[in-house]
Amino acid sequence: MTPGSLSRNPSVLIFLATLALFTLAVTFLSEAAGAGLISTSFVKTLGKTLCLCLIALAMDLIWGFAGILSLGHFAFFALGGYMIGMWLMYARTEVIVVEALAGAGLPPTPQEIRDGIASQIFGVVGGSDLPAIWAFAGSLPAQLALVVLVPGTLALVFGWLAFRSRVTGVYLSILTQAMTLALALYLFQNDSGLRGNNGLSGLQNIPGAEAVGQDWLSVWFFWASAAALGLGYALAAWVVSGKFGSVIRAIRDDEARVRFLGYPVEVYKLTVFTLTAVITAIAGALYYPQAGIINPAEMAPIASIYLAVWVAIGGRGRLYGAVIGAVFVSLLSSWFTGGRAPDLNLGFYTVKWVDWWQIVLGLSFVLVTLYAPRGIGGLFDLIAGLRAPDRRGAALGPGDGALREQEAKE
Amino acid sequence: MRQILMMLVAVILFTAPAALRAETAAELLTENRALIEKSSRQSIGPVIGALAASGDPAAQAVLEAWADKRLGLRKSDGAFFLLTETPEGFALTDPAGTPAGSAAKAEITALKPNSGVRGLIATALVQFQLSDPDPAKRAAALASIARDPLPDHLEPLAASLARETDPAITARKARLASLLTLRFHPDSATRVAAIDSFGADLGLDLRGALNPLLATTRIAATAAPEGANIAAELEPGSDIALEAAYDLLVAAGRAPARLTLADQRAALLAHAQGGSVGGVAVADLADQAARDRAYTALEQAGLVPTAATEDEVTAAIAAHRFFDVYAEPDPAVTTAAQAALARISLKVGAMQAADLSLDALSLASIYFLAAIGLAITFGVMRVINMAHGDFIMLGAYTGYVTQQIIPDYTTSILVALPMAFAVTFAAGVAMERLVIRHLYRRPLETLLATFGISIALQQLAKNIFGTQARPLTSPAWLDGAWVLNDVVSISYIRIAIFVLALMFLGLFLFIMKRTRLGLEVRAVTQNPGMAASMGINPDRINMLTFGLGSGIAGVAGVAIGLFAKVTSELGSDYIVQSFMTVVVGGVGNIWGTLAGATLIGFFQKGIEWLNPSNTLAAQTYMILFIILFIQFRPRGIIALKGRAAGD
Repeated sequence: MTPGSLSRNPSVLIFLATLALFTLAVTFLSEAAGAGLISTSFVKTLGKTLCLCLIALAMDLIWGFAGILSLGHFAFFALGGYMIGMWLMYARTEVIVVEALAGAGLPPTPQEIRDGIASQIFGVVGGSDLPAIWAFAGSLPAQLALVVLVPGTLALVFGWLAFRSRVTGVYLSILTQAMTLALALYLFQNDSGLRGNNGLSGLQNIPGAEAVGQDWLSVWFFWASAAALGLGYALAAWVVSGKFGSVIRAIRDDEARVRFLGYPVEVYKLTVFTLTAVITAIAGALYYPQAGIINPAEMAPIASIYLAVWVAIGGRGRLYGAVIGAVFVSLLSSWFTGGRAPDLNLGFYTVKWVDWWQIVLGLSFVLVTLYAPRGIGGLFDLIAGLRAPDRRGAALGPGDGALREQEAKE
Repeated sequence: MRQILMMLVAVILFTAPAALRAETAAELLTENRALIEKSSRQSIGPVIGALAASGDPAAQAVLEAWADKRLGLRKSDGAFFLLTETPEGFALTDPAGTPAGSAAKAEITALKPNSGVRGLIATALVQFQLSDPDPAKRAAALASIARDPLPDHLEPLAASLARETDPAITARKARLASLLTLRFHPDSATRVAAIDSFGADLGLDLRGALNPLLATTRIAATAAPEGANIAAELEPGSDIALEAAYDLLVAAGRAPARLTLADQRAALLAHAQGGSVGGVAVADLADQAARDRAYTALEQAGLVPTAATEDEVTAAIAAHRFFDVYAEPDPAVTTAAQAALARISLKVGAMQAADLSLDALSLASIYFLAAIGLAITFGVMRVINMAHGDFIMLGAYTGYVTQQIIPDYTTSILVALPMAFAVTFAAGVAMERLVIRHLYRRPLETLLATFGISIALQQLAKNIFGTQARPLTSPAWLDGAWVLNDVVSISYIRIAIFVLALMFLGLFLFIMKRTRLGLEVRAVTQNPGMAASMGINPDRINMLTFGLGSGIAGVAGVAIGLFAKVTSELGSDYIVQSFMTVVVGGVGNIWGTLAGATLIGFFQKGIEWLNPSNTLAAQTYMILFIILFIQFRPRGIIALKGRAAGD
C-alpha cells in the first residue's frame, strides 16, 4: 500500500481501528476468554456477519465501483463453502471410520477406509462410491487451493463469455442470476456428487481440534473472519484508489467512452469480476464452518439479491457503506426473523414480525432505492457537508449526462 | 406359464374316463357325486368339462350356482339342488331348473368349492358368457379373458366368434382370438400368421402378448444346448461383462466364488491367533498385499476355502460359452415376434416423437404465456420488472379466491380471467406510478426496486394464504385428454393453454399494430420527447402499457394455476425462464418471444427425453444452453436492426 492510496482513503485506518477494537471487545466478552457476556452462538453470529461484510465488500467493488450488478456472487460464496466443507466432512468422517474399523479386530487398509468414508458420507443419497470431485478431499492444502481456484475459474470462464459478447447492464444481471440458478439446480440433484439437497453438515466440528471446545473455536473463527475482512477492506481500498480504480469507475459511468480511449474494458471487468469472486469464496469458506451446514438452497437467486439489498441500503460506491449495510440489515433481519422482536399490537391486528419483516424489508428497499440512492453511507456525506446534485426531474437535453430540471434550479 | 402347463396336463389326463357319458347336467352331477363333494382342483376338471360340454341348457345355471356356493346336497337322499337362501332355510331348485320345495338348513350340505375349483368353473363358464344374449356380459367376459388369458379360452372364443352379431364385440373378439392364437395355438404356422396379421399395431395388449414370447434366460454351457431356441451367443467382455459372466458360472455351480474383500477380512479375523494370521502379524494387516499373503498362507494350510484367482477366472470364462435362450421353443415364432416388435417399435418411436412434440409445444405455450406480459413491459418499454412473476402469482390467487366465491367451475374461470386482468392491471399501474416512473433512467435500480416489491408481495401472499398450495380446479370439460392412440395423447387443459397463448399473440399484435394505443406506445418507446411534442402524453401511455403487460401476466397466472399448484413461489419459478424467453427471442419483438418460447420448450423436452428421470438436470442444461446461445446471438433469435435497436 502506498502512502498516496492511504491519504486518499482515510476511511481505511478508521475502519481497521474500529474493527480491531470490536474484535478485542468481543474476545474479552466471549465465554471462551473470560467475561462470558456474549454467548458462543452469538460470537458465531458475529463471525458470520463479518463474513457477510466481506462478501458485501466484494459486491460493492463489482457493483458500486465497476457498475456490474452481479446476482451470482452467492454462487461463489457457496462454492467456497462447499470446497472447505468437503475437507471438513471427509477428514471428520475419516476419524470416525478409522476408530470404528480399528475396534473391529484388523487394522484397516486404505481401501477399507475409503469405502467406509464413502458409504458414511453418501449413504443418505444412496451412493457408496466417492465421486471424482472428492479426489482431493482428503488434503487440506488442496481443498484450500480449490476454495480459490474453483470459484475463480468459474468466474473467469463465465465472465469471459459474458463480457466478450458485450452483455451488459440488466442482461448481465439476469445472466448471472441464471448461472446461479443453474448451479443450484444442478447441486440439488442427488447424483451431483455433493449430497443433493442434504448438503454437507457437521462442518462446525474441526478435525484435529476435537480437544478445543466450540467456545474457543467460535472465537478463532471470529478472529479469522475479522482478519479476512480487514485484509479484504485494505485490498479493496487499494484497488479502487489507484489508476485501476479510476478506470473501473470510468467503465461504470460510460463504458463505450473508456473503450474508445483505448482501454481493454473486458480485461478490467474480468479482473474485477474474478477478484471479487475469489474474495467472496474466501468469505464463504470462513462462513460455513461457523454455520455448520451448507446446502444448495444457500445459493438460491434470492440470496444474491439480498446481497444487493445490503449494499444498496449501506450505500454503493463507498466501501464502508457496504460493510455498514451488511451489518445493519443482516443483524436486524436475524433479530426480526428470530422471533425476538416484540409483536406490534395495532388494536385490530397484531403484527408478528416473523411474518411481516420481509414485507418491511422489501418496501424499505424500494424506498431506499427511490429516495436515498446513497444509502446509510450517505449520512456521512451529510456530516461532511457534501451534497450531490439533485438529478430528478426531466432532462434538459439529449443523453443521460444532460442537466436535469432540479439541477438547473440551483 | 408353468401353472398353465400343469393345468393343461391335468385337463388332458382326466379328459375321458368312462363315467362321463351321461347327457344332462342332473345326471352328470349324480354320477360324479363323490368327486364333487370332495372336489379339488386336481380331480374335478373332467366333471366341469363334461358339464360345460353337455349341451344341457341348465348347465350354465348349475356351474354358476356351484361357483357361488349355491349348490347343495340333500343329506337324506344325496340329490343336488340349487339353493336360494330364505329366512327358514333354503328354497330348492333341481338342476333341471324346476322348483323343488324348500328345506331347513340342517337338511342340506352346501358345497363350498375352493378357489382353485372356482377358477376352473369360471374358465368353463367363459363359453357360456361369450355367447350370452346380453352384450355387456359378453364384453365383460372379453375383458376378463384379456386380463388373464389362458390357453383354454382360445377354443370357446373362436367358437363364439362365428355366432357374434354385434360388430364392435366381433372386432374385439377377433383381436383377442388372434392374441390368444399367437400365444397358445399348437400350430407354429398359425401362430406366425397371427403375429403377422397385426402388422405394426400400436396396442399395448399386442406388445404385452409378444414380449413374453421373447423372454430369454442367460445360461453358461460348454457347448451349444441341444434343441434350445437360442437368441444369441454372448461374447464375454463385449456382449456380457466379464464379472457378470463369471457370476453366471458361480451361480450355475460351475466355478468357485471369487473372494470378496469382506469375506477375506472375515476369514482372517476368524483365524487370528496370538496376534498373527498365517504368519503375518495382525498389526501389519493395514495393507492389501499383506492380507493377500496371510490368506494365501491360510489356503495352503487348508484352513480356508480356495478362492478363485484372476487366472482361474479367466480360464473358467474361456472354457464356457454363454447364451441367451428363449423360453419359447419355436424359432419361427420368435423370429416373427421379433420382426413384429421391430416394426412396432419403429412406429412407436415415430409416435413418441409426435407426442414429445406435442408436449414441447404445450410447454412452449406455457412459457410464451408467462413471457408475453414481459414482452410488453421488458420488450417494449425496457423496464425490468422482477415482480412480473409475482403478478402471475397474484393472478393465480385471484382465480383461487374467485372459485371460493363462485362454486361453479366454468363460471368462476370465466369470471376469474377478467378479474385477474383487472387486479394485476391495477397493481401494475400502481407500481408504475409509485416506483418505476422515477427510475426510468436507472434500469439497474428498477431491477432492485421491483425485486423489493417482489419480496414484499410474496411474503404478503404467504401471510394471507399460508404456505400450503391452494387448488385452482379446472372445469370438468377440461379434464381428461385427447387420446389419438396408445402413445400420443394430450390433455385438454394443455390444448386450452395453447389456444389461450395464440389468442394473446393475436391480441398483442392487434393492440400494437391496429389500435391508437399501440401506435402511441410505439411512438413513446422510440422517442418519448418527440411523441410528447406530437400531443401524446408519455406518462399516461407508459402507465397503460405497463398495466397491460401486468394484466396479461395475471391472466397467464390463472392459466398456469390450472395445472400447477398455486403457492406464493409460483411466480419465482417462472421469472428467470420468462426473462430467458424474451432475451433468447430478441428483445422488442413479439415474434422473437414466440421463437424463444418454442426453442426453450422444445429444447427442454428434448433434454428431458434424453434423461427422463431428471427434470432438474434438464433445467440446468437449459440455462447453460441459453448462456452459450447468447454468446452467438447476443441480441436473440430475432434481433432488431437499425435505429429501432436503440443503441
